[in-house]
Amino acid sequence: MTSAIPAKTTTASSSDPGPRLDAGNGKTNGRTRRAPQQYSDRVRAERRLGWMLAGPAFVIMLLVTLYPILQAIYESLFRFRLTAPDEREFIGLGNYGVILSDPVWWSDLGTTVLITVITVAVELVLGFALALVMHKALKSVRGLLRTAILVPYGIITVVSAFAWFYAFDISSGYVNNWFGWLPGIDENLNWFAQGPTALFVIMASEIWKTTPFISLLLLAGLAQVPDELSEAAKVDGATWWEQMRKVIIPNMKAAIMVAVLFRALDAFRIFDNVFIMTNGAYNTEVLSLLAYRQSISRLEIGLGSAVSVLLFLCVLLICFVAIKLFKVDLAGTQGEK
Amino acid sequence: MPMDRRTRRDAKNRPKAAVLAGLMMGTLAMSGCGPAQADNTLTWYINPDAGGQAAIAQKCSDESGGSYRIETSLLPSDAASQREQLARRLAAGDSSLDIMSLDPPFIPELAEPGFLAPVPEDVQQSTTENVVEGALAGATWKDELVTVPFWANTQILWYRKSVAEAAGLDMSKPVTWEQIMEAAKSQEKTLGVQGASAESMTVWVNALIESAGGSIIVDPEATADTIELGLDSDAGTAAAEVISTIGKEGLGGPGLPTQDENASLIGFQGDSGSFMVNYPFVWPATSGAVEAGTVDKKVLDDIGWGIFPRMTEDQESAPPLGGINLGVGAESSNPELAYEAIQCIVSVENQAEYFVTNGNPPSNTEAYEDPRIEESFPMAETIRDSLQVAAPRPQTPFYNEVSTGIQQTWAPPAAVDPESTPGSSSDFITSVLRGEQLL
Repeated sequence: MTSAIPAKTTTASSSDPGPRLDAGNGKTNGRTRRAPQQYSDRVRAERRLGWMLAGPAFVIMLLVTLYPILQAIYESLFRFRLTAPDEREFIGLGNYGVILSDPVWWSDLGTTVLITVITVAVELVLGFALALVMHKALKSVRGLLRTAILVPYGIITVVSAFAWFYAFDISSGYVNNWFGWLPGIDENLNWFAQGPTALFVIMASEIWKTTPFISLLLLAGLAQVPDELSEAAKVDGATWWEQMRKVIIPNMKAAIMVAVLFRALDAFRIFDNVFIMTNGAYNTEVLSLLAYRQSISRLEIGLGSAVSVLLFLCVLLICFVAIKLFKVDLAGTQGEK
Repeated sequence: MPMDRRTRRDAKNRPKAAVLAGLMMGTLAMSGCGPAQADNTLTWYINPDAGGQAAIAQKCSDESGGSYRIETSLLPSDAASQREQLARRLAAGDSSLDIMSLDPPFIPELAEPGFLAPVPEDVQQSTTENVVEGALAGATWKDELVTVPFWANTQILWYRKSVAEAAGLDMSKPVTWEQIMEAAKSQEKTLGVQGASAESMTVWVNALIESAGGSIIVDPEATADTIELGLDSDAGTAAAEVISTIGKEGLGGPGLPTQDENASLIGFQGDSGSFMVNYPFVWPATSGAVEAGTVDKKVLDDIGWGIFPRMTEDQESAPPLGGINLGVGAESSNPELAYEAIQCIVSVENQAEYFVTNGNPPSNTEAYEDPRIEESFPMAETIRDSLQVAAPRPQTPFYNEVSTGIQQTWAPPAAVDPESTPGSSSDFITSVLRGEQLL
């Protein structure tokens, strides 16, 4: 995930002010164009070195990620229970048929998508606000502010899930007492006894935990917008909102898209919060919990693998949609265009 | 003395050898393998407790005179996670599973594929004498003893004497669910039951159905395709009526849909406490809370106990049964030594000691004669009586599916409908077992 944070020193043009302006061998009105055949010997040598340095890690990553994926695809074609090893039976795509015709899969998919859409949307707004605060903060407090904002992200998800669970739990929690003055909240409100309220707590804890991540990515994007652009806009009489809308946000589109993509993938795979707070009870089950229940709890390796493969395909689909349709430029934020 | 050529070469190679050794040790450490242990070391996978099993392990190791040494290894806290870890290790042929603390409902699943080493005849004889019926049933699969009963657990009825008195209930006689529901309602108090969508729900449903003369599974030894459930029956409807009434009339309080054994206890200790079905840990926990100053001494003095409530006046109840049995992994490299150690672990003396120090009741009735028990657990006799009539949860290799299916269809209690829940729950579990539906 850290790859999305600008790593200027690794690029050929690290001494240049920013990736938007430095990339490639030329620029036209702030826009860049690709001209790989014009790379100098030095750039080519550095690229080669880059590959040599990153190559082994790339190969190992491929091995450790590809092997389990292929294994899961293979296992998903069997009816196989770990505690009944002799009854293993090849059933082709039978497991997929069972899953896709089961309303549980679709309702879990719905819950997962709901959590993904709401958390990412809220985090984007909050994260942007925090990024602006961090960007504009006085130099003297900037470090402290960034550290403070990052604290939730530093907490292990399981720990934060427990903290939120105990805060909202009807027997040990304090939320009902503190917020009893709000309409709809009283001491008898059992947050985890029905889907909507349980999902609210799950999403709130998710937002609290990962907004710092988004804000950090957006801060990196903000830092890459050259000051001259907004100053020029200011001279032309643009209001703060106009500067945002017409100068800053368009210029950090890549950072925004990367933030959305990364968080969407992360949110889609949500597990810890749901597992700790409700364990999927009362319509709060998500897809990763469904996969866990089949393969780890039931030890139904075949069915569990099939759920995992489908989950993987969903993640691939999100990547595809984000990259192709929204034209996310992963290289853009790395100054390597 | 001058070094010869060989010594010089060795000296030169020493740093290399050290690096190599270091790397190997590092690799071993990372892979989770250590140096081979002495042959007489046994690993006992224990469920978390207050240190009682580790103390017994130490004691038996000392008493063995060096013939074996037991090392304990801690399993996760809840029974389902314990099963998951053990089943995975057993399926992978892990030879470190010398002794395992096993929750009875999961034993058939491990015994069926031959994951457990057979219990030798002499061990069967020496460890089953005076053991309560329910614990023996839980240790057996297909009429064969596959594990050794260690301690047995059961739920009894705990009540606040003041509430029972105010409601005019005669607690010297067995009471029915109807009576305690009426009493709680008339006194505007809450009942301590476990309404969470969790294992505790299966325990409750099973006890209610068994108490009404039914069974969740008609033939526990049936295969997944032929299994027949007894949920959709008069007993199932009667059980659903109790759960539904408690849920719909708010008798369990607002916390009911997420309430497990610990949450029930907290509610019972509070001002709204009236009656509660729960395990014996309630007593040491409340005494401890009184000592710590978090619960008033008056609460402890107000607590009474009796056998699990009946479904009908004329039919004895079948309280929940739990506990821990000891099994030996089929791939263990030392099964004989493991069974020797098990005989020591489950000795009458150790069971009594474990009850007094950790609050886990013995499965051997003889152990209850230890004078220390009466002192620490004034309700020990009730516990022993309850164990004699307790009914185990369904002993089937598919217990996990059955249990999870019940948890998903019988919770929250307010949504249980006596007309439809037993039937829909039965259909759901059957189609899950046939591989037609996800769980």
